[in-house]
Amino acid sequence: MSTRARRTGRFRLLVSALAVSALSLAGLALLLLVAVATLLIPVWVGLPLLLGAVALLRGFAGLHRARAAALLGVAVERPYRPAPGGGWIARVRAVASDPATWRDLAWVLVNATAGTALRLLSVALLVVALAGLAFPAIWPGLAPGTDLGYLGVVRVTDQTSANLVAVEGLLVLLSWWWAAPGLLRADAWLTRWLLAPTERARLANRVRQLAETRAETVDTQAAELRRIERDLHDGVQARLVALGMSLGMADELARDDPDATRELLAEARQSTSQALAELRDVVRGIHPPVLADRGLDGAVRALALSSPLPTEVQIDLPGRLPAPVESAAYFAVAETLGNVIKHSQATRSWVRLRHAEGKLAMVVGDDGRGGADPSDGTGLRGIERRLAAFDGTLLVTSPPGGPTIVTMELPCELSSPKTSPSSGTG
Amino acid sequence: MRVVIAEDLALLRDGLIRLLTAHDFEVVEAVDNGPSLLRALTTHRPDVAVVDVRLPPTFTDEGLQAAIQARTMVPGLPVLVLSQYVEPLYARELLSDRNGGVGYLLKDRVSNIGQFLDAVRRVGAGGTAMDPEVISQLLARHASNEPLSQLTPREREVLGLMAEGRSNAAIAGRLFITEKAVSKHTNNIFGKLGLPPSEDDNRRVLAVLAYLNA
Repeated sequence: MSTRARRTGRFRLLVSALAVSALSLAGLALLLLVAVATLLIPVWVGLPLLLGAVALLRGFAGLHRARAAALLGVAVERPYRPAPGGGWIARVRAVASDPATWRDLAWVLVNATAGTALRLLSVALLVVALAGLAFPAIWPGLAPGTDLGYLGVVRVTDQTSANLVAVEGLLVLLSWWWAAPGLLRADAWLTRWLLAPTERARLANRVRQLAETRAETVDTQAAELRRIERDLHDGVQARLVALGMSLGMADELARDDPDATRELLAEARQSTSQALAELRDVVRGIHPPVLADRGLDGAVRALALSSPLPTEVQIDLPGRLPAPVESAAYFAVAETLGNVIKHSQATRSWVRLRHAEGKLAMVVGDDGRGGADPSDGTGLRGIERRLAAFDGTLLVTSPPGGPTIVTMELPCELSSPKTSPSSGTG
Repeated sequence: MRVVIAEDLALLRDGLIRLLTAHDFEVVEAVDNGPSLLRALTTHRPDVAVVDVRLPPTFTDEGLQAAIQARTMVPGLPVLVLSQYVEPLYARELLSDRNGGVGYLLKDRVSNIGQFLDAVRRVGAGGTAMDPEVISQLLARHASNEPLSQLTPREREVLGLMAEGRSNAAIAGRLFITEKAVSKHTNNIFGKLGLPPSEDDNRRVLAVLAYLNA
């Protein structure tokens, strides 16, 4: 970073410190609003008022979380429990029993006092420094005989001692230069301390999230098994029964009617072909053979190759992924590409896979009409669920008119370096 | 014709040996794993090899890898690969050396004995035998492409059969038209796709497959 950039950085911090200090008064107003709403609960109107005030407070705290995160360079998460449905009273009770609400309120007070003190100190140091530096110019203008007493450690009596004040100003300026970022970081740390989830809240959240994803995973798997059972029952099993019948009849007719026998045998052969075709489809749905052969890299290339859309593939995976992750990743990419083909009206698409920093990043994009919404399409929601079982995430950006870009991330480690040779074609 | 067979399931291996021997092929060796296959291919240099994709020790695409490796050592060594499923990706890899003499078929095509033996002989003679399913996947991929969408339905049919590796005579027999009509269609197809015309069946098939694989 250049000196100039750092200087503007410091001055920007200064401006934001002043703004945030002024804003802290708005926080106090919100605190007051919460208090008033609580008092009004007996006359009912307090309930919606309280919920509104808390929502505002959470938004206000959210802004400060973002600021603290930017200053500290770490993420500051939201600690709140998910809002329950139900009536006003249930919701107010949930808000009141969430420790994060009380921590927010405590933070408003700390932010308006200790936080403001830290921020203003960083501003005050600069003001004092500038005043000191300007003092030699101001001194001659003062009425002769004025005694200002000690300015710092210097008693000002003449121009020379006034010049010494400027030296003091310079020292203060240096200390401001050195201390201001630290002071503001201390303020941000204070914010983080009260606004980030406590270890306990974090664990409680994690447990709830794990319970949810586990239930969803179990549901999804049960549904998959039912689907496979149905496919086998209606397809392969029925074909084999028909095959057995054809062969039985052929056996009966073999001596008397060779032509009919031949016809039945041809039918039987066709049944085996169809049964095999159906089995192939079932197997592909369980675990595509090319995924077993070539891993995610080859399987995604094969997917792109058999897609009706021209699909460009870029893969940077120096090893193979754990089998369950590989399978989840493959189906996520396959379903996303399937969505592109079905809904996007795109003329081309692309897939990028990359493993970095303990995460597999999968990006699927197209040049279609956009407007994909994960909340209404069951397809995207299903992919999200599949990924959630592995703590994976899905992010869709799809403005109307396109392009649509689906970014999926799966935390995982690469297990072993690639062993099977992979061709360069793709 | 001298044949090497690679298939790990004894039942299918014995079936293939019986089938090929009964039709005047000489099975010089039947192996059940990848490394033995590579050795058998390079020492016997058979007229044609019939190879299962999935073989021990890894049970992945061992057979395909061994076949591709053997063909780098013995260019044009005819190999017919059988599999429970077909992947255009694998077809592309088999065809990438552009030497011909390759086949890639679903295993259940074996049950149509006449066509299967025809495919083995074709591959042995340096021709090509691609599974209709591979071809239909490749064609689906190009469905909206400009030159292909200009083909008439009959021309598409001829293109599909040609990509499977069939000669003009075979296509004519299949579609109940004259050979002359077939060569008229193929000329039209080559014109529309901008491929250099060729009288040689094999070369023509390879050109079409290269086009579809692009």
